Amino acid sequence: MIEAENVHFSYPSKVEALKGISLTIKDGEFVAIMGQNGAGKSTFVKHFNGLLKPSVGTVKVDGVETTKSSVAALARNVGFVFQNPDHQLFSETVEDEIAFALKNFGFEQHVIEERVTWALNLLSLSQYRKTSPFLLSGGERKRVALASVLAWDPKTLILDEPTIGQDHEQKEKLQQFIMQMQAQGKTVVTVTHDVEFVAECNPRVVLMKEGRIVADGEGKEILTDPAMLELSSIVLPQIAQVFTRLSSLGLPKDIIDLYEAKTLLLKAKEKTSR
Amino acid sequence: MSVFDGLKFRKVTSPIHNLDPRIKFVYVIAIFVAAILFYQIIPLLVLFVMQLPFVFLARVQRQWLRSLRGAAFLATFIFVINVATTYFTSGYTLTAINIENAASMTLRFVVLVESFSVFFLTTSPDHLGLALETSRVPYEFAFAFTTAVRFVPVLAEEAQTIMDAQKARGLELEKGGLLKRIRNYIPVLIPLIVSAIRRSLELAEAMESRAWGASKKRTNLYALRLHKGDFALLAITVIIIVIAVYVHFYVAIPTIASFF
Repeated sequence: MIEAENVHFSYPSKVEALKGISLTIKDGEFVAIMGQNGAGKSTFVKHFNGLLKPSVGTVKVDGVETTKSSVAALARNVGFVFQNPDHQLFSETVEDEIAFALKNFGFEQHVIEERVTWALNLLSLSQYRKTSPFLLSGGERKRVALASVLAWDPKTLILDEPTIGQDHEQKEKLQQFIMQMQAQGKTVVTVTHDVEFVAECNPRVVLMKEGRIVADGEGKEILTDPAMLELSSIVLPQIAQVFTRLSSLGLPKDIIDLYEAKTLLLKAKEKTSR
Repeated sequence: MSVFDGLKFRKVTSPIHNLDPRIKFVYVIAIFVAAILFYQIIPLLVLFVMQLPFVFLARVQRQWLRSLRGAAFLATFIFVINVATTYFTSGYTLTAINIENAASMTLRFVVLVESFSVFFLTTSPDHLGLALETSRVPYEFAFAFTTAVRFVPVLAEEAQTIMDAQKARGLELEKGGLLKRIRNYIPVLIPLIVSAIRRSLELAEAMESRAWGASKKRTNLYALRLHKGDFALLAITVIIIVIAVYVHFYVAIPTIASFF
């Protein structure tokens, strides 16, 4: 459980990035934090593992205030995958890269080997075990970065822009994978601009603008509210766009799910052909 | 990263910012030479205080203080080494003069940092490049130099992100003995170097695709021209050099310790 209460944060350059944010993320929730560039999304999630500490207000992870704990201790439970994998890859082999965090957390050698193999399989990277991470493609490097965090099996996973640079197949895999994590009762928080990805996964959506939360609710509600999206310069998901234009046919506007859309359209077709 | 902050240029207009970069550089070199000429504390103190008006005129006090704070570690190191060597080489005795000498060596370093900091804080990379070009430095080198200066803050920011990413993977930079602590920085340095190289390759491609170096003879949108203030600074610089050389050869400089 992550509880943020009235969090304010200013960078040393005196820019106030967060202006009083309160948000509770329960265990097992899947939350997408959206909003335009500079809205403070990344700044906010960096508070969850103590990389940043609030200037005013409190952030508690499982009841522990982040100011009273080290990043390393918090990171054990809150895994954070950064946007750019090149900001973390440094080892000679993919295997070592994944083992790095496990060594830092003091896992035993045989456990490390087990967890590395597990993480490699999970992200279909087994064939690159002994390859240098620098020789991999952008998408693969991103997966290595993800594997290196998943390896220690954190309770909460924070993904900063996980879909950037991923092809469709990888996106789908990522989606399946998030669902799987949820089934295991893990909390997943993702910062993203990818509306289609959010529409498909249908998480709880938190919309930020200029350091404040402007909306918080179901994806279906927020992603189909043109006024809300205009406010944070996000476009409607394509399905929602289609249904907004078809609303004169008496169809509902708040549709983002492909399956639901298909059912509704088939029904409408039946009606008109009758 | 505070050392870098002390060198980061911010766009402000002040009498100092508007000065010609070439003259400013000559001034910095003059201070540099003067600081090297003297090993006594009193002239070094004078050199230190003399630059304060520049700092305040340019309104860069805060960044300037930060650069000094960044230099504090090295300054302490210089002081300790100086005191220690005199202590061990003079048969385990320490006099007020020894301490004063160590202090002036440290102050010499601080004066150098101070003057370079004022120069970089008040000179935009563009001006710097222009100054190099007009001083007949080949354009390729001038460009490489200004690009390097421009990328310092970018790299500093990137280093911060990398440190965050590794901390998020349980890396504790401050843990362990001295050797372990140095080793702790490997996971930060490798990504930093790799991404700097990658960035430079990308930059080169981007430049080539924008026809960099297509015309042999370049002209500039802005030209450097000397104004009243520049001549004034040049005069000040000459006076500093003349006084410094005169004092160095003809004046017996007392030590502070000798007053007591």
